[in-house]
Amino acid sequence: MSYPIRKFDAVIVGAGGAGLRAALQLSEAGCKVAVLSKVFPTRSHTVAAQGGVGAALANMGEDSWHWHMYDTVKGSDWLGDQDAIEFMCREAPKSVIELEHFGMPFDRNDNGSVYQRPFGGHMQNFGAGPPSQRSCCAADRTGHAMLHTLYQRNVRSNTHFFVEWMALDLIRDESGQAIGVTAMEMETGEVVIFHSKAVLFATGGAGRVYASSTNAFINTGDGLGIVSRAGIPLEDMEFWQFHPTGVSGAGVLITEGVRGEGGYLLNKDGERFMERYAPNAKDLASRDVVARAMATEIKDGRGCGDESDHVLLKLDHLGEDLIESKLPGIREIAKKFANVDPVKDPIPVVPTCHYMMGGIPTNYRGEVVAPNGDDKEAIVPGLFAAGECACASVHGANRLGTNSLTDLLVFGKSSGNSTVEFLKQNVTHKDLPRDAGELTRERLERLNNQTNGESVAEVGAALRQTMQKNCGVFRFPDLLVNGVAEIQEVEQRVMRTEIGDKSKVFNTARIEALELDNLIEVAMASLVSAEARKESRGAHDRADYAERDDQNWLKHSLWFKEENRLDYKPVHMDPLTAETIEPKVRTY
Amino acid sequence: MLFRIYRYDPDKDAKPYTKEYEIELRSTDRMLLDALTRIKEMDDSLSLRRSCREGVCGSDAMNINGKNGLACITPLAGLKSPVDLRPLPGLPVIRDLIVDMSQFFKQYHSVKPYLVNEEPAPDTERLQSPKDRDQLDGLYECILCACCSTSCPSFWWNPDKFVGPAGLLQAYRFLADSRDQSTSQRLDNLEDPYRLFRCHSIMNCVDVCPKGLNPTKAIGKIKDMLVKRMV
Repeated sequence: MSYPIRKFDAVIVGAGGAGLRAALQLSEAGCKVAVLSKVFPTRSHTVAAQGGVGAALANMGEDSWHWHMYDTVKGSDWLGDQDAIEFMCREAPKSVIELEHFGMPFDRNDNGSVYQRPFGGHMQNFGAGPPSQRSCCAADRTGHAMLHTLYQRNVRSNTHFFVEWMALDLIRDESGQAIGVTAMEMETGEVVIFHSKAVLFATGGAGRVYASSTNAFINTGDGLGIVSRAGIPLEDMEFWQFHPTGVSGAGVLITEGVRGEGGYLLNKDGERFMERYAPNAKDLASRDVVARAMATEIKDGRGCGDESDHVLLKLDHLGEDLIESKLPGIREIAKKFANVDPVKDPIPVVPTCHYMMGGIPTNYRGEVVAPNGDDKEAIVPGLFAAGECACASVHGANRLGTNSLTDLLVFGKSSGNSTVEFLKQNVTHKDLPRDAGELTRERLERLNNQTNGESVAEVGAALRQTMQKNCGVFRFPDLLVNGVAEIQEVEQRVMRTEIGDKSKVFNTARIEALELDNLIEVAMASLVSAEARKESRGAHDRADYAERDDQNWLKHSLWFKEENRLDYKPVHMDPLTAETIEPKVRTY
Repeated sequence: MLFRIYRYDPDKDAKPYTKEYEIELRSTDRMLLDALTRIKEMDDSLSLRRSCREGVCGSDAMNINGKNGLACITPLAGLKSPVDLRPLPGLPVIRDLIVDMSQFFKQYHSVKPYLVNEEPAPDTERLQSPKDRDQLDGLYECILCACCSTSCPSFWWNPDKFVGPAGLLQAYRFLADSRDQSTSQRLDNLEDPYRLFRCHSIMNCVDVCPKGLNPTKAIGKIKDMLVKRMV
């Protein structure tokens, strides 16, 4: 029995910011595109972005995309590809203007232009400062406003959505070309082969590999799991961003925009400790720098509260009017999840897993690239990726705040354009291989027939604890080695998960088991890549190798599921038109 | 804490029933969703939608002790035990706490929820004064959770004809946008005994909105615009 087949020009997996932006390019070009999403599009995790989208509009004072580029390269600790970074920073203003034309309700200045706020790591004059106001925002609900605007624009363009469909596996033909996916309709449990000429992944992040995360439940790295099972490597997976300000205990995000608007961090002595760690940028240093400073304060006994396990984010001095107009969502979150009204009291915060810098390797056009013979970056025909699931790489070892939304707008569009171009060159569907859908069938049958297995909740908790304990803000050689061994044990358990619920109708137990198959690939890639990288760079901070080592490690990691092996490829140091930003010591 | 949860799986149940779950709350169980996540660990067949767990994605709307709300931002401390949980009223149940929201989204789509401005786009942003932008506050924040529309008797009776509070709030979000040029078409689209005028200002929508928005007020403003257009 084979699965039913539906034919489209292209399939986009994921309907968050990147998927929706890409979908617009395809819909407006008249392509027959299917957009699959596990959730109704406006429930995607882009909705939770708060502080803004970075673009050098220069509405608030002098700014240039060259400065934005410099900050991004420096923020990446020189691991970002400078061609992709130039492309993103140069295209950012256009992308934001376009979004405004789509109807995005940006905050405004008195002259009617888009309001921009300061954000961590964004400076004027090639890092010299003062801080640049570059973050275009809609109060502290920028992601929500953006996601709804992009969805609305797709409604206008009649994009064909498959809502509550979960993609399961990638189908490639003998030449390696991507020609479709298998996917399950959650409401009925029916599996269908989406046969297409091109596949674009925009499945977002995978922050649910950690026990404490700002990420939504749906952020399970589905695109990463799918491509790694199909023989494609994952890039730079050791680099995870810990956002400095997750609500202590709850993990819910408090935007860096709070510090952009003038808030700052305090230790138990009431000291504004960031002045010691980053004398110039202070609380607006890069996220990795601030997160490490906070973790150091807590480690050295200067944390707050009965358990000395958090620090405080003070913003009451901004006044109720500013908080109500620029940070209303934060006030709501602080009241609900921390029991404090920030108009009066500081918010208890801890560094919390927030963003995956690594992902599916692509170039700046959104084409997926993987080693093939001598070519480390051979294009995988028909396969595209954008947004957090992709690694272009613009964020390198550490992402700057606001650049995730910039990334999904710019690369959502460029990957969409690349897909349209590909479809012009490839007008017919390639034949499906005889075994199309076989991997999916094996996985589903294994799950349905499993006996004496473990629950998904138990194994999932073990996976998250393994990452949390061994692959955190600070990394230690023994823990990394231990983490690799532990995650290999967890992997064995993932292969024996058992679900009690065998219903065909909206079976969320089955969905969670299938998500765990993706999380394990992400966790394995992260630990193996982290253990191997013997240096400290950006968010990867090793106790035994405290310094960045450009001689040996100015290179991207590539993890392959097959044989659990690593390969490396050079960082693109040559921008498209600008001059190379040479590596130097990174201070804020 | 005791929970009484509506259960129905059309794959195996002849009819819906209520199932009781008793769980010992932990200090980390803050919101209703935390408790539901724990219950699902005990019984993986309990089905519900959830994602952001912070009240911005709109997935986990349900009827909680008789009132619609989001499980993720409903504090357990404020709930009377036993806690009765049912799917959102007025929409077909797919399974357990999961309802079929097609009708709700169909109404949302029917108001053409996107900016219409046919003038050639300028090279820069379209300017909008802070005062004009303020008109969108209280409108654009809607998360499409459907708490409002599924608490509205008018929507229960005529879900196919009455746009409902969520859709009308978004209709007004574009009517109120100084950049939008489709005012008269938008009003034409709503000038109908059912689409707009089934709202009888019962205000259940205002009462339940987890984001504190006021659809009734927006609907009143649309009605004002129609009146002004007639004179």
